[in-house]
Amino acid sequence: MWRASCSLSNLKARAELYALIRAFFVARKVLEVETPILSTSTATDPQLESISASVRKNMGSEAEPYFLHTSPEFPMKRLLASGSGAIYQICKTFRNGESGRKHNPEFSMLEWYRPGFSLSELMQELELLMSDALGTNSAENLSYRDAFLRYVDIDPFEITDELLAIKARELAEYAGPKLSRDDNLNLILSICIEPFLGAENPCFLCEYPPSQASLAQICLSSAGHLVAQRFELYINGMELANGYYELTDAQEQSKRFDQDNQERCLAGLPAIPPDENLVAAMAHGLPACSGVAVGLDRVLMLKVGVQSIDEVLTFPISRA
Amino acid sequence: MANYSTSELRSGLKVMLDGDPCAVVANELVKPGKGQAFSRTKLRNLRSGRIWERTFKSNESLEGADVMDYDMEYLYTDGEFWHFMMTDGSFEQHAADENAVADSVKWLKEQEVYEVTLFNGAPLSVTPPNFIELEVVETDPGLKGDTAQGGTKPATFSTGATVNVPLFVNIGEVLRLDTRTNEYVSRAKS
Repeated sequence: MWRASCSLSNLKARAELYALIRAFFVARKVLEVETPILSTSTATDPQLESISASVRKNMGSEAEPYFLHTSPEFPMKRLLASGSGAIYQICKTFRNGESGRKHNPEFSMLEWYRPGFSLSELMQELELLMSDALGTNSAENLSYRDAFLRYVDIDPFEITDELLAIKARELAEYAGPKLSRDDNLNLILSICIEPFLGAENPCFLCEYPPSQASLAQICLSSAGHLVAQRFELYINGMELANGYYELTDAQEQSKRFDQDNQERCLAGLPAIPPDENLVAAMAHGLPACSGVAVGLDRVLMLKVGVQSIDEVLTFPISRA
Repeated sequence: MANYSTSELRSGLKVMLDGDPCAVVANELVKPGKGQAFSRTKLRNLRSGRIWERTFKSNESLEGADVMDYDMEYLYTDGEFWHFMMTDGSFEQHAADENAVADSVKWLKEQEVYEVTLFNGAPLSVTPPNFIELEVVETDPGLKGDTAQGGTKPATFSTGATVNVPLFVNIGEVLRLDTRTNEYVSRAKS
């Protein structure tokens, strides 16, 4: 167990990928930044469990509760509000309870923000980066609604909760207790749609239901539905990136923190204190921007053609 | 029986599902970046042998199945049940019915040791050893001079199994057979 689980060639592939990413952003004058991994606040998303840390600022002083970040989103937005301009970061992020073929509780993320970019401009930039890193062709844009219509013949904006629950049991062979509407949609997406996305060319799944907006702005789609300005990138059925046309309204941000905490409360999860620094930064003025987070271990899996994340990690959690 | 969390299911664990004991074949975490975590599980129904695919919420609880494998010697059949005896020195006997014996019936030879799977103490399935030596009771006469190369012919064995064997084989010979592939391996070493 002392040995690395990845080969020397995969170790080199990671170094090459990082060099390529850094050259890509240097050429585009996007500034590399570092933000803290330890933070007094963390993501409120009910589906994410942060890893807690206990921090003493001085020897002998009382320990204070901190979290290991699940993504560098909040401090990067505080930098944007401070006038940093376009920024990117490559860092380790942490999510409790996530281990598997495509998951490790500690993983590598590339996150970047582009003030003044529309969501589609950011998608084009990501497409270029993937083409440089993986040699992929131009991407297909697929709306959330069209994906459901194409692969499972369901209109996710119109189907009733009852019928959706029946479909989830049937299509995804679900055998557990009753799920929320969004959980049922996620289940069908994960089991019945995702495996087919990006099979030939990269696929941007976009126009998510507003209930899955997270920190994205909401607008009206061409089909007349309220949709989140959010995308996910899929290549070979693997979820690689999640991007938003970022929410900039401080009040709306506070509201979404509250909504998340209400949901956490209903699910019996501890409430997360909202990040007041983020809200204050947004009240000061977060420039209109688009941002995206990319799972670099998964990009590497595709680059070197392996089925398990352990093959691109030096020491996965079981050996860490 | 112990309960298992669906997120901790690993290959080989035995759990109850829809009233049947099942062996976990594979289990994968399905977790969108922004969404509920699920366990996508592949199980083998130990009663029917069928493969089932199911999706569970992560961290749901499944009841463990009281399923254990034992080495047992085959004794005899009374026409309705096939009787086995534990080889651990306890001489404990178990009677397997037609469903439990299933296709393995054609490999049952007295005094041979089989793997018998007990569910709640009763035989659920019987697995023959990978290789078994059986006597040919019926086949066309052997061709002289044909020792290695050439075609095959069907032969029936003492237990009822039918396996294709080389042309040189004669009635009364004891042959080594692969029960997994239903193939001839070699002549038995005497």
